[in-house]
Amino acid sequence: MQYLIIVISAILVNNIVLAQFLGICPFLGVSKNSTTAIGMAAAVAFVMTLSTIVTYLVQHFILDPLQVSYLQTISFILIIAALVQLVEIILKKVSPALYQALGVYLPLITTNCTILGVAILTITKQFNLLEGVVFAISTAGGFGLALLIFANIREQMEFSNIPEGLKGTPIALITAGILAMAFMGFSGIV
Amino acid sequence: MKRMQTFLNGLMKENPIFVIMLGMCPTLGVSSNAINGIGMGLATTFVLVMSNLIVSLVAGYIPDKVRIPSYVVIIATFVTVVQLTMQAWLPSLYASLGLFIPLIVVNCIVLGRAEAFACKNGAVLSILDGLGMGFGFTFALTLLGAIREFLGTGKVFDLTIYPEQYGSLIFVLAPGAFIVLGYLIAVINKINKT
Repeated sequence: MQYLIIVISAILVNNIVLAQFLGICPFLGVSKNSTTAIGMAAAVAFVMTLSTIVTYLVQHFILDPLQVSYLQTISFILIIAALVQLVEIILKKVSPALYQALGVYLPLITTNCTILGVAILTITKQFNLLEGVVFAISTAGGFGLALLIFANIREQMEFSNIPEGLKGTPIALITAGILAMAFMGFSGIV
Repeated sequence: MKRMQTFLNGLMKENPIFVIMLGMCPTLGVSSNAINGIGMGLATTFVLVMSNLIVSLVAGYIPDKVRIPSYVVIIATFVTVVQLTMQAWLPSLYASLGLFIPLIVVNCIVLGRAEAFACKNGAVLSILDGLGMGFGFTFALTLLGAIREFLGTGKVFDLTIYPEQYGSLIFVLAPGAFIVLGYLIAVINKINKT
């Protein structure tokens, strides 16, 4: 039951993009068509789950016992950067097809604040390891859902007549605002 | 002359939020009122100035291949300094900014300026660039925060302008952030073009 609550809350109620404002850059940047949106979402899901596991273990077996939890920010960002590189190298060797699909998005992920955000949130919400993994996967799912919906709306918008001044980022932001309003309808479920 | 120009660049012509659109996450996340906007802006300014200074000093000694990780470590150090200082002296502001303080590390503006400006320029110019960019960021955040606060609760900087029950709460909540920023960028595009 408690896992179901984590899943619903992370995907719908506290959607990471539309309610918590993390990962706005890729949300606006790669959401021009749905294929790239899916690629980005898959890469994020992969790295987010891995990094949550590793940072959880580091926090509980290295930082806490040594009482150096003020090093959290530095160590987490280094772990994420190293992990992204590692994933890139391994994928290239083991599964060239997957690397082809995710390759372009991987380097961008280091500076995607959802990854560091979820790693820190898992610690501050005092999840255990399994809850952390469920939280990471469902947050990535929420990210993917928002990205996919938004990409489809933007594909439709290509053909609409937008006032000159609102073209580009402004109309994208306003659309995101209306989408966020729709997601607000889920608040109160959990 | 060049120094003045470097400083003003970040404020107007290359404003990080309105023109180059970096660092959108904290912009939308913490701008629910003007005070939070200023707090976040100044914290980021401090990190920007210090990391620009250190990067400009050590850029010559860092091998090209490991420069990005080294910049990230420098930035993360100053973010930790801000985090601990704020926790000790401004606990209420720290609580309302929450997760967004450690996330300054992944704010694209900071790494962007280190990579695009500080590693090629001297210490004084880098500090000025950091100050200009930081103040530009602070200005954008405060403006956005003030507008949202005014429309949502009828206050600006906690001063009541009109009674709260006439405000529309939506502007303080998540959708308002996107919509207000969207229109703000549209207005600024219009001004810049004419």
